[in-house]
Amino acid sequence: MKLEINGKSHEVDASENTPLLWVLRDHLGLTGTKFGCGVAQCGACTVHVDGVPRRACVTPAGSVEGRSVVTIEGLSGPKAEAVRKAWEAIDVPQCGYCQSGQIMSAVALLQEVARPDDTQIDQAMAGNLCRCATYVRIRRAIHSAAGEEG
Amino acid sequence: MAPDDSFLKVDRRAFVGGSAALALQLVLRRGGRAIAAEKSLAEVEGGDATPSLWIAIGADGVVRLTCHRSEMGQQVWTAMAQLLAEELEADWSKIEIVQAIGHPRYGDQNTDGSRSVRKNFHRLRIAGAAMRTMLEAAAAKRWRTKPSKCRGEQHFVVHTSGKRIAYGDLIEDAMKLPMPKPSALALKPRERWRYIGKPVPSLTVPKITHGEGTFGQDVRIPGMRYAVIARPPQVFGSPSTVDDAATFRVPGVEKTVRLPNASPPALFAPLGGVAVVARDTWSAIQGRRALRIDWEAGPNGDYDSAKFEAAMMAAVREKGEVRRKRGDVYATLTSSAKRVDAEYYVPHLAHAPMEPPAATARWDGDRVELWGCGQTPQRARQTVAKICGVPEDNVTINITWLGGAFGRKSKPDFFAEAALIAREVGAPVKVVWTREDDLQHGYYHTVSAQRLEGGFDDEGKCVALVHRTAFPPIPSTFDPTQRSPSWGELRLGASDNPFVVPNLQLESHAVDAKIRIGWLRSVANIYHAFAVQSFAAELAHAVGRDPKDYLLELIGPPRTFDPNEEGAEYDNYGSSLSEYPLDTGRLANVTKIAAKMAKWGRDLPQGHGLGIAAHRSFVTYVATAVEVAVDEDGQLTIVGVWSAMDAGTVVNPRHAAAQMEGGTLFGLSNALYGEITAKGGAVQQANFPAWRVMRMNEAPRSMEVHIVESNAPPGGVGEPATPPAAPALANAIFAATGTRYRRLPIFGADRRDRIERIERKGA
Repeated sequence: MKLEINGKSHEVDASENTPLLWVLRDHLGLTGTKFGCGVAQCGACTVHVDGVPRRACVTPAGSVEGRSVVTIEGLSGPKAEAVRKAWEAIDVPQCGYCQSGQIMSAVALLQEVARPDDTQIDQAMAGNLCRCATYVRIRRAIHSAAGEEG
Repeated sequence: MAPDDSFLKVDRRAFVGGSAALALQLVLRRGGRAIAAEKSLAEVEGGDATPSLWIAIGADGVVRLTCHRSEMGQQVWTAMAQLLAEELEADWSKIEIVQAIGHPRYGDQNTDGSRSVRKNFHRLRIAGAAMRTMLEAAAAKRWRTKPSKCRGEQHFVVHTSGKRIAYGDLIEDAMKLPMPKPSALALKPRERWRYIGKPVPSLTVPKITHGEGTFGQDVRIPGMRYAVIARPPQVFGSPSTVDDAATFRVPGVEKTVRLPNASPPALFAPLGGVAVVARDTWSAIQGRRALRIDWEAGPNGDYDSAKFEAAMMAAVREKGEVRRKRGDVYATLTSSAKRVDAEYYVPHLAHAPMEPPAATARWDGDRVELWGCGQTPQRARQTVAKICGVPEDNVTINITWLGGAFGRKSKPDFFAEAALIAREVGAPVKVVWTREDDLQHGYYHTVSAQRLEGGFDDEGKCVALVHRTAFPPIPSTFDPTQRSPSWGELRLGASDNPFVVPNLQLESHAVDAKIRIGWLRSVANIYHAFAVQSFAAELAHAVGRDPKDYLLELIGPPRTFDPNEEGAEYDNYGSSLSEYPLDTGRLANVTKIAAKMAKWGRDLPQGHGLGIAAHRSFVTYVATAVEVAVDEDGQLTIVGVWSAMDAGTVVNPRHAAAQMEGGTLFGLSNALYGEITAKGGAVQQANFPAWRVMRMNEAPRSMEVHIVESNAPPGGVGEPATPPAAPALANAIFAATGTRYRRLPIFGADRRDRIERIERKGA
């Protein structure tokens, strides 16, 4: 199986049914994408497939052959930088474990909607759990990143 | 407060990156005894690259601080670095953190009880001042001047004439100087602090935003295999037959390993079961799915939450063992003008850190090295040594970042699992807990029943209060004969009741544990604060008073008190009562501030309600006000949350506020949705959303935190926000709708999420 991850081509020796999450983490060592539930309920494993957020834990690796996968390690561009800057400016993360997924979802949201309101943020981010409950700061940071990018 | 002089040492043989370094070792003391060995710690074998270097400055000027506590999002790396950098006058960009291995030489590494800052606030400042003083003395010697004419400033020693020399250039000379006596060191006055009390940015966040940093689940070592374990559904259950034929047909599966059966006491031992070892996590999970196992339920197969709840509620309707007594509560109740009572129930909760537990082990002969997300590295070391039958010195525990913990990761059963399996496999093994494993095989927050009864005099003043509490205690995990609520749990919101009521009694009932019980963020404060602070509002309602005003009356005039004088054994979170008194003035103060922030008493829109609760825990005072709106359909919105915290001296207000926000929402999430139940001894919730956690769209839109300016010694910050959250919410819902929730959670996993309306209270 040949996968394109963060702009690089990787030959992977795993069955096509293996979830992309475990190919990234165990086979390619890209551990920035996290395992939280395995059933697409927490969003910790969020990656971009052709620019769209996807839960890697339920995405068969074979289904992304020939498509472009971006993980937190390869996330770049003005929206990504605005989000990282906003995250760091108010220290959004606590433990940080869910934050790769939060950032992937936030960047995807800002690519869709330049200046989301609270309701749009809530809808786009509701799939990303945070047990440290950093939600209030995530909302603030997304607004601030949107302003920055405008 | 000041430790004696002998707790500082210079390690003159220390090297950093091949060149000499000025290294300082703090000999931490526990129970008055020095713990560190006399020999240079550089000779102790282990995985830590610089084991002797508690704190070192190299010739490159880089300051390396070995952090002995675990980083789990409370920003302990940043806080410890702030304390050191303050007195060292370090350039913040030159500080690096080295995470300590688990070893007794580091003193108490147990990262729980909200005490990392509390216990290191003085020591780390003294260490920084000692290093700076030695560097100043070295510069003075070089310049042939008096040390008093030299002062450390942002990584340079500066002479009164203006000439300056970098810290790194003074290392060789400073190492040869005697260590100053800590009692001779002058710490900076508060007004000169540049790091402490300032919103210094996190040392971990810039890595987190790039997906860097290693959590327990992220550990990778050459030749490593991956394991998941099929554990018995019931605690102390065991497999009777195991058929792993289908497992071996799963591609990538290499081996199955039968783990020893567990037996009481639970301790931190693995639960037993069958491990499936594979070349990647997914293959191991698939292989586990293919196992055919018949389980023997064992002694806990009769655990049924519904029946258990009924039995506990019945128990608290009877008098219990008296644990604190003031006056004559029953005589007063009998003669009271009016009486009111209420019963409360809080279910089991799961920690559910976003990172499920994980540990990796590698054996070399009879020595084993482990990497994992542990809150208690020394306990992991002891447990692995005991379970594997090797000396503790043969066990090296490396601590990764913790992807949340909340108390779960202070139980190192997963380290022992990794060591046992890796030894069988003959290769390094990472044990991965899935979410199902985490939710079904945890050390749960206990289940609790409480009953409170109050009596009023003719003027509506509460003159008698009896509080009964029943729960399977945490000590049952270590000794199954322990059935009675321990003093260590009662002191968490029950035996330290601050109310000025003249007749007050605390009673407890013994309950058997049928599952592993453990501590979870703020522990027994969760249910005790829920009952006591809900009941305060119920008392107010019974006599037609404003709940905030009545709460302040119950707290009473500013005073300090000692529950030991009324029959309780009270240890004040391990801090002295003279340094950290139980101070009702501070509790009343945060209550007033939170009420003011929420504009208590304002006209509220139809269907809105305000609730308030105040609670002292971990020697910190927090009050929280919550505003809810309940619409015609019973749909609940948390409109706003206002919290005030008096934690004494706060090292980092930005991160303390983050703990307030997160700790409050943790409490609200548990109150709204948190419930773990057992049937036939097995936990019924397997994953999200059956175990439900607050999501972004359910979080309040508005949240404000106020941190009280204080010169008092630092209190805990990670846990105290959680206890008042649930009662503030329940009180708000009552104010909005007349519906009183005495049983948590308020909603269930069914997502119906409707509040019943009993009466409209309106504005």
